[in-house]
Amino acid sequence: MKKYNISTTISYPVKGAMGRTGNWRVFKPILDKKKCVKCLRCWIYCPEATVIRNKDDTVDIDYEYCKGCGICANVCKVKAIVMEREGAKK
Amino acid sequence: MSQVMIDTGNYIAAKAAVMCKPEVVAAYPITPQTTLVEGVANYKASGEFKGEYICVESEHSAMAACIGASSTGVRTFTGTSSHGLLLMHEMLHWAALARLPVIMCNINRVVGPGWNIWADENDSISQRDTGWIQFYCSSNQEIFDTIIQSFKLGEHEKVSLPVMISYNAFILSHTSMPVYVPDQKDVDNFVKKRIPKWKLEVENPITFGNIILPHEYEKVRREMQNCQENAKKLIPEIASEWKKKFGRFHGDLLEFYKCEGAEYILLSMGAIGAESKVAIDNLQKNGFKVGLARVRTFRPFPQEEILKLAKKADLIVIDRNISIGNEGALFNEVKGSIYGKTDAKVHGFIAGLGGKDVTFGDIETMCKKAIKGKATDHQVWYGLEEV
Repeated sequence: MKKYNISTTISYPVKGAMGRTGNWRVFKPILDKKKCVKCLRCWIYCPEATVIRNKDDTVDIDYEYCKGCGICANVCKVKAIVMEREGAKK
Repeated sequence: MSQVMIDTGNYIAAKAAVMCKPEVVAAYPITPQTTLVEGVANYKASGEFKGEYICVESEHSAMAACIGASSTGVRTFTGTSSHGLLLMHEMLHWAALARLPVIMCNINRVVGPGWNIWADENDSISQRDTGWIQFYCSSNQEIFDTIIQSFKLGEHEKVSLPVMISYNAFILSHTSMPVYVPDQKDVDNFVKKRIPKWKLEVENPITFGNIILPHEYEKVRREMQNCQENAKKLIPEIASEWKKKFGRFHGDLLEFYKCEGAEYILLSMGAIGAESKVAIDNLQKNGFKVGLARVRTFRPFPQEEILKLAKKADLIVIDRNISIGNEGALFNEVKGSIYGKTDAKVHGFIAGLGGKDVTFGDIETMCKKAIKGKATDHQVWYGLEEV
């Protein structure tokens, strides 16, 4: 990775540079893989790259860093992702 | 071949900027800067300017576009004036903190209300804490030479800061003077291609302007301060290289005029600085031992040079600006530079606000008042306080 020798606010791509942002979450996306049609809209739209695309185009959610914004649930056409309150009893 | 070009300060500035081959110019017109950006647009139309010319919807956008372009490592130029400069304020801080050497002309114009388009330095003085290097010019030749030198200075690896070249509305911006224009190839040799300290590129992804914690932020400010100190050393070096190659010299941080044996030194900036030379000639003819130190760079501020002057002479300061609630900015900073190190007296005058003419006769009157011991320690408003 190319590093620049200057004192200003440059940040280099490092996984989790800001720590475990997953604990910011109020609502948690829950994926129902049976409903998923592999359209990958959630993977495209996730602003934090926490929707992980697998080789067969199924997806998983990286809860370590997912902030719970709910965009994936919003863009999912088949409602395979729903948002549930963190720690809610079922 | 080098040539002599007779034109206004603004058209001369456009010529200088285009000769430095910026890849991007983004600008929004405002009186009295308008003919500067028109000049660049003319060079675009004729094909002499080969960069991108971005017409934007405001000065804030003009500076934002320059910042964006400069972040990709290319050379950028813009120009503005008064309210346009003030609208850029946030972006001025941004360019400096991002360490992007955007080069900009600011044509000093009154700040309203009171709709007034004439010369007054409050616009750029109110931007003094943004981290930009600030030059104040006193002739069209100096504008031309300083713009080219500014690209070299701002883009220098030991500086990497934006540079503002200021000159007074109409007195310089719209007045024609003969200017020596060197060969394009000599300018190319003087200002080499920009080597950016950092840049945005697809192959090496980085994020810029992300969160920065308190102890890291302080280091960024400290480094900017160090780089302004570096500029103090580089400005004379670049000016001397220019003199060697092109035979012209307008001073380093200060321009000294007839200072030998002077018991008083007059300090002024911009167009008043040029007018002061005539006043000094007349005063010396009449036996007054007063010389001139014209302040060319307000940032970095020439503290050490001013202290040297104050060890030999008393100082007279003329400000075409006022920091309301305190005093003229130059008067204030001159006193700060010598505090506790000499007992030289400093006399301050406010003159020429709102574009009011300041002639050599006015300058002589101010100097005589100070020399004859009739000026008080506090600042005097020339023309308003029976002076």
